[in-house]
Amino acid sequence: MLGEGIIKGMAETARNFLGSYVSAERLTTVQYPEERSVQIENARQFPFLVFDGDDPMKGLRCVACQICEKECPPKCIYIVKSKDKRADYKGQMQLYPTTFNIDLSVCMSCGICVEVCPFESIKMNTEFELSTTDRFGGLLVNKHQLAKSNDHYRKIHPTDASSSDAALAVEVAKAQAKAKADVEAKAKAAAEAKAKAVAATPVAPQPVAAT
Amino acid sequence: MTDSLDQIFVFVKHWLLDQLANVLPPAIMPLVSSVMSLLPVLVVFPSLFALTTVFERKGLGRIQNRYGPNRVGPFGFLQFAADGIKAIIKEDVVPRAADKVVHFIAPVILVITALTVYAVLPFGRNMVAADFDAGLLFFFAVGAASELAVFMAGWSSRNKYALLGAMRAVAQMVSYEIPLILSSVAVVMITGTLSLPKIVAAQSTHAGLLPDWFVFTPWGFAGFILFLIAANAELNRSPFDLPEGESEIIAGYFIEYSGFKFALFFLAEYLSMFALSGLGITLFLGGWNAPFAALEFIPSWAWFFIKLLTMIFMFIWTRGTLPRLRQDQLMNLAWKFMIPMVLVNLVAAAVWHFTGPGITRWFTSGALVLGAYMLLGKPQFESKDIGKRTYRFAD
Repeated sequence: MLGEGIIKGMAETARNFLGSYVSAERLTTVQYPEERSVQIENARQFPFLVFDGDDPMKGLRCVACQICEKECPPKCIYIVKSKDKRADYKGQMQLYPTTFNIDLSVCMSCGICVEVCPFESIKMNTEFELSTTDRFGGLLVNKHQLAKSNDHYRKIHPTDASSSDAALAVEVAKAQAKAKADVEAKAKAAAEAKAKAVAATPVAPQPVAAT
Repeated sequence: MTDSLDQIFVFVKHWLLDQLANVLPPAIMPLVSSVMSLLPVLVVFPSLFALTTVFERKGLGRIQNRYGPNRVGPFGFLQFAADGIKAIIKEDVVPRAADKVVHFIAPVILVITALTVYAVLPFGRNMVAADFDAGLLFFFAVGAASELAVFMAGWSSRNKYALLGAMRAVAQMVSYEIPLILSSVAVVMITGTLSLPKIVAAQSTHAGLLPDWFVFTPWGFAGFILFLIAANAELNRSPFDLPEGESEIIAGYFIEYSGFKFALFFLAEYLSMFALSGLGITLFLGGWNAPFAALEFIPSWAWFFIKLLTMIFMFIWTRGTLPRLRQDQLMNLAWKFMIPMVLVNLVAAAVWHFTGPGITRWFTSGALVLGAYMLLGKPQFESKDIGKRTYRFAD
């Protein structure tokens, strides 16, 4: 019958109206400042820089390769390379950023910087309460504000952090194996050279004799 | 005691008038009297508007299983103050290409027309600002002027969306004015008067358990429903909010209004809603009469406001339930369903009037209304089975 659907709809909304006063589980919203919903693990807001060890500036993984700066679609990253080098986590001598700024008002949280970083050094943070009264300076964050420990990363994104740690461990193992191999190769080369030298010694006078 | 409580506002006004008559010259006393009748209207209904905005937002929230505003003041009931302050301190932007004079006076006219109609509404026993014989006619004549204001707003903004909204609004309001007026004409036919206090007086008796309200007759019930639908459309409220249509034309005719002028549009919309609800109460729900003789100790003005709040709740409830109509559905509903229905309803009212009291008139009048409803509604709004949907490219 005509109008039946309207009455059904009105009954449904009336049920919602009264039910929301009776049963709290009907209410779908979260009263934000007082209560918070748990963030899902893949939540991402803005990038941060990972550091190892205790000193944020010394342990920064970033080697100022500037790949993220070039790949960033809205161009919100600004990096200045250092003049000198220092040892990175696997002992290789690398550059480091003297300036690393991200303009959060420009960043669009795409996560491309994270995907392109070959050093596992830039990751996405979950911090979202970043409101400020200064919309220019307040949203331009430098490397001191960006640096967060690897423990922080393990806390916010445990799965990603463990795979990142594993990748770095593989790199370190590879580097150690290579160093070991180098040492062995060097030793071998030295031994060979020595053996060659030893073998060559008796022969050496011959040309002299020949001449 | 109950009588004095019922007439308390009337007594206060007369006492004040007597006091002022000693001080003021007699020539301006009629003016003072009308100001004193209008002042409560100017205070009570805008305050009711403020409260209704909060109630509406909370009600809609509850309908959608959320809390609604609950931050400002106790349970969020001071939200209207925050909204009001925000509206006042916002910048008032007038488009450069707009017709500045018309742009300015459109919301003013809208509010004035919305307020003027309160003059003829009886809020309680002996409580009507201007009791004149053509009250109903005055109500509709002034109410129709709001269409002019809406079109002024849309036209003067020099904005495509505003103009579209205004044209939609005028088409809709003109179409629904007819069922709105014709559904009230049935009441005029029965009571034989256009004066709203007399229409209320005609519904003050009790027949058995039910009061003699017109909503408890077949033609009155149909008339009340038709009146509600037409009033909803006249007020541009959901499901008839095409002139505003946020998802299509952003805000319609008041898109170029900001700050306090924007608030004035809302004020006018809600004031018209209260006025039309008041008219619906007066015509069909027995005005300020108590439903049962035993409940007459509650003052008449309190009954009016109880009924008014119920009507407001009905409006909020429909707004929270029904989705917006399409333009062609809107026009079909008005011209192919509502107008034939109100015309049949007039015949039903006449049948009711001329078939003396008894059960026969219930059957004849009721059969007329119900038959017309089935015949008109069935072919037009029946959901057609169009079969299973097939996709050419998506599969």
